[in-house]
Amino acid sequence: MISAAVLRGIGTLTRTRAVFTAPLAVRCYSHAKVETDEEFDSRWVTYFSKPDLDTWELRKGMNTLIGYDLVPEPKILDSALRACRRLNDLANAIRILEAVKDKSGPHKEIYPYVIQELKPTLQELGISTPEELGIHKA
Amino acid sequence: MLASRALVRGLQSGFWRRVSTSSAAWVAHTHDVDVVDCSVPQYNNRLDTPLPDVPFVRNLSVEQKKLKENEKGSWTQLTKEEKLALYRLTHELSYAEMRQGSKEWMTVLGGVFIFLGFTGLLVWWQRVYVYGDVPHTLSQESVAQQTQRMIDMRVNPVHGFSNKWDYEKKQWK
Repeated sequence: MISAAVLRGIGTLTRTRAVFTAPLAVRCYSHAKVETDEEFDSRWVTYFSKPDLDTWELRKGMNTLIGYDLVPEPKILDSALRACRRLNDLANAIRILEAVKDKSGPHKEIYPYVIQELKPTLQELGISTPEELGIHKA
Repeated sequence: MLASRALVRGLQSGFWRRVSTSSAAWVAHTHDVDVVDCSVPQYNNRLDTPLPDVPFVRNLSVEQKKLKENEKGSWTQLTKEEKLALYRLTHELSYAEMRQGSKEWMTVLGGVFIFLGFTGLLVWWQRVYVYGDVPHTLSQESVAQQTQRMIDMRVNPVHGFSNKWDYEKKQWK
C-alpha cells in the first residue's frame, strides 16, 4: 500500500510505547497474524476481478476500500476499472479516479503516480481522467 | 352545561388534530410537493462514498437513454461531452464541487453583527429611559470627599493607596 511507506516511520515510533510492569519477556501485543501489504493487495485485486461482479458488489467494494486509511495500489484500481468496464459504467470509473486523488490528501505526488501507472489501462478502456473532462476544478 | 362541554371538547379535538398532523402529510395534500422516501436507497454526495447507491438521474430522457446504450460499446468512441454527460447522469457533484466552500460565513457573521448592533441600540435606550439616576455618592464632589477620607484614614499605607500620597507636599507622588 502506498501509505505504508509514508507511515512506516511513524509506526516504529508508536511501537516503542511504555508497558506497565509485566513478567520478564512478555510484551502485550496481540497475537493475531498481521496481513502483509501484498496479501491485502492481492485480496482486493481478486475481489474486483470476479467476472460476474455485480454493481452492488462493485459499489460496496469501492466504498469499503476508500474507507480504509490508505490509498489503493494501482493494481487494485486497475482491477476495479476493468470491473466498471464489464458493468458498462464509465461515470463510476471516473469517480474512482477522483476518489483516489481525494484520498491522497496533502500528498500531492500520489495521484500523478497512480495516473501514470494506470495510463495504459485508461487508454485501452477509453476512460478520461477528471482533468481531461474539466471536473477537477469546481 | 354538558352541551357546552361537548362543544369545547369538539373544538379542542379539531384544533389538536390540525396541529398534530405531520407536516409531510399536510404538505403532501395541500400542494403537490416531492416527499423524499427514506425507505429506499437515496442518492448522496459524500467524499467517503465515491459510488452512491443510486444514480442521480433516474428518469432518463430519450437522448440520455441513447447515451446509455452507447456506453455499453467502446468508451474510446465517446466524445468528451458525452463522457461528461454520463458522469453528470450518475453524479450530481464532482469531488471538487463537494469540497468547495461557500461565502455563507460572511452572511452569517454580518447577520450576527447586525443583531448585536440592534441589541446595542436597545440596551442604550434602556440605559437612558428605564434606569433611574445613579447614587449621589458617585458624583465628583462626593468621590473627592471619599478620597480625602481614605487618605486621612491612611488606607493601605505600606504598599497601596496611601503609600502613593505624599503627606508632606499634600499631593500624589
